[in-house]
Amino acid sequence: MTEDQVKQIVIDIINEIAPDEDTSGLKGEISLRDQMDLDSMDFLDIVMELRKQHGIEVPEADYPELASLDSCATYLTPKFNAK
Amino acid sequence: MPTEGLDNQHFETVVIGAGMAGLAAGIRLALAGKAVILLERHNASGGLNSFYSINGRKYDVGLHALTNYVAKGTKGTPLAKLLRQLRIPYDALDLCPQFGSRIAFPGHQLKFSNDFALLEAEVARAFPREIDGFRALVQEIRELDAFNLNARRVSARLAVKRHINDTTLEDMLFCPVMYYGSAEEHDMDFGQFAIMFRSLFFEGFARPFEGVRTIIRLLQNKYRELGGQRRMKCGIRKIHTDGTRATALTLDNGERITADTILSTAGVVETLRLCDDQAEDSAADNIGRLSFTETITVLDQQPRDLGWDDTIIFFNTRERFHYAAVEDALVDPSSGVICLPNNYDYGLRQLDEGLLRITAMANHDRWCALDATAYQAEKDHWYAELQKVALQILPDLPNGDAAAPLDAHCIAKDMFTPRTVRKYTGHLNGAIYGAPKKSKEGRTHLQNLYLAGTDQGFLGIVGAMLSGISMTNLHLLQDR
Repeated sequence: MTEDQVKQIVIDIINEIAPDEDTSGLKGEISLRDQMDLDSMDFLDIVMELRKQHGIEVPEADYPELASLDSCATYLTPKFNAK
Repeated sequence: MPTEGLDNQHFETVVIGAGMAGLAAGIRLALAGKAVILLERHNASGGLNSFYSINGRKYDVGLHALTNYVAKGTKGTPLAKLLRQLRIPYDALDLCPQFGSRIAFPGHQLKFSNDFALLEAEVARAFPREIDGFRALVQEIRELDAFNLNARRVSARLAVKRHINDTTLEDMLFCPVMYYGSAEEHDMDFGQFAIMFRSLFFEGFARPFEGVRTIIRLLQNKYRELGGQRRMKCGIRKIHTDGTRATALTLDNGERITADTILSTAGVVETLRLCDDQAEDSAADNIGRLSFTETITVLDQQPRDLGWDDTIIFFNTRERFHYAAVEDALVDPSSGVICLPNNYDYGLRQLDEGLLRITAMANHDRWCALDATAYQAEKDHWYAELQKVALQILPDLPNGDAAAPLDAHCIAKDMFTPRTVRKYTGHLNGAIYGAPKKSKEGRTHLQNLYLAGTDQGFLGIVGAMLSGISMTNLHLLQDR
C-alpha cells in the first residue's frame, strides 16, 4: 500500500462520516481541522472506521498523528503494510 | 421483533431506556460494531418524548418544539454535530421552523423568533435602559465554553444580574430557559443557562410535521439497520454488583443477563436504586422537585383562524417569576407554557386539527395521593382552570362566549399529570427535567455503569440525543 493510497482511504472515510464536507483539493501538509469543520468527535469516527473497515487500531495517544493527510500517511502506511 | 428469551445472554453493552438518549447511544454503539441491546420497560420508545393514541387520534407526550434548530448546512452547531454522529441526513428530520413566539408577563411582552434580531429589537423597545447590558450578556453567552464538563458552577442569576438591572427583564429571560428547562428551582448554573439560551434564542424552534414519531421512527430504523437489538416491555429489576463493577442484570420477568458495560438513561437516582448495593431510598435528596401537568385541547379549527398566531407563549402572571416546586396545591397556574403545534411552517401542509397545549407546574405527591374518583375530578377541574388562564393570555376569541369560550371549539381533550409521567417513564416524581444535581461526566459508583440522558445534564430532545452520543463516545468507544 502506498502513502497516496492510504491518503485516499482517509479521504473516503471523511466523505462517509462528514458527507457535507468538501474533500476535493485538500492539502496534505495542512491540518485537516484547518481545512474542514472537523472536531474530536469526527476524529473518533475516523479511528472507528479505520478499525471497522481495515482492522487498523489507533490508540488514543496516537490521535495527533492523524492531524493532516501527510501525517496520516506517514503513521498509517506501515500499519496497513504490517497486516 | 425476536421473541426468544434473553436468559443467560451476554452483551458488550446494555442500554437501559429507549428514549432519545438511549436510542442515540444505541446507534453510536451499533456504528462502532458493538454487540448492544436496548431495553425499554414501556411498549413504546421515546421516554419523556414519546407518543400515544386515543380514539385513533395521535398525540405527542412531550414535544412542544425541538430547540437547537438551525437551517440545513449550518456547521458546528449541536444539531449538525448530532446528525453527523448518527449519520442521519438533515432532511430526514423534516424540521419545520416556528413562526414566532413570545414571553408574556404582566405589563410586558417580548416577542422572539428563530431570528435573534427580533428579541434584541424587542428588548430595546421594552427595556431601552437595559439594551447595552443585554448586548453584553449576549456577548458573554456567545463566548462561554459551556460544554466544559469540568467547569465550576456559577449562579446564572448572579451572572445575568451583572448585566441586567431590571428584575422583570431578568425574569422574562429566565422564564423560557427554565421551562425548557431547568431541574433546579429559582436559579441554575450559568453554563447550563448559556447552553439553553443559545438553543432557544441564537438557534430556535422547529417541529417535524408528524411530531415526535418522525424522530423516533428515524432513530429506531437507523438502529435496527445497524444491527442493534431492542426489547420492549422489558424493564430492569436489579443491577447486580460486586462492589466495584456491575456483574449482571435481572429483568422484570426474572431473566438474568450479563454485560461488559451498562449505559442507563433511567435517571441518576432511579439507576442508583436499581443497584443491589444501594438502599431502596438512597439519594432521596436528589430526586427531581419539578413536576408538570399539561392539557391538550383538540380544536375544530386551525389556531390562526381563531386569531392565535404564536407558536409558543411563555407566560407569568405574578409580579416576580416563581420557578419552584408546587407545595400547597395540586397545580400552580400562575406561570407556564402555551404551545400551538399548528404554528410551524409546514409549507403547504397543515395539521389535520387545531391543537392547544398548556403546561404548568404540579405537585407529584398530591396527585398520586388521590383515589381514582378524586383524580378524575381534579383533572377536570384543573383542565378548566388552565384553559381559563390561557384564554387570558391568548388574544380574545372571535364571538367568544365569556362563560365557556373554548367549549364551542373543543373536539377532544387529554391531560397528563406527574403521575402519568412517572407511570410511563419511571422517572421519580414524574420530574421531566430530572435530578437537580446532574452527573455531568455520566459516571456512577460502579466502574462499568454509566449515565446518559436528562440527568447527565443535556436537556431537550437534541440535548438528550447529544447526551447519549457523548457519553457513549467518552466511556464506551475509546479503548483505554
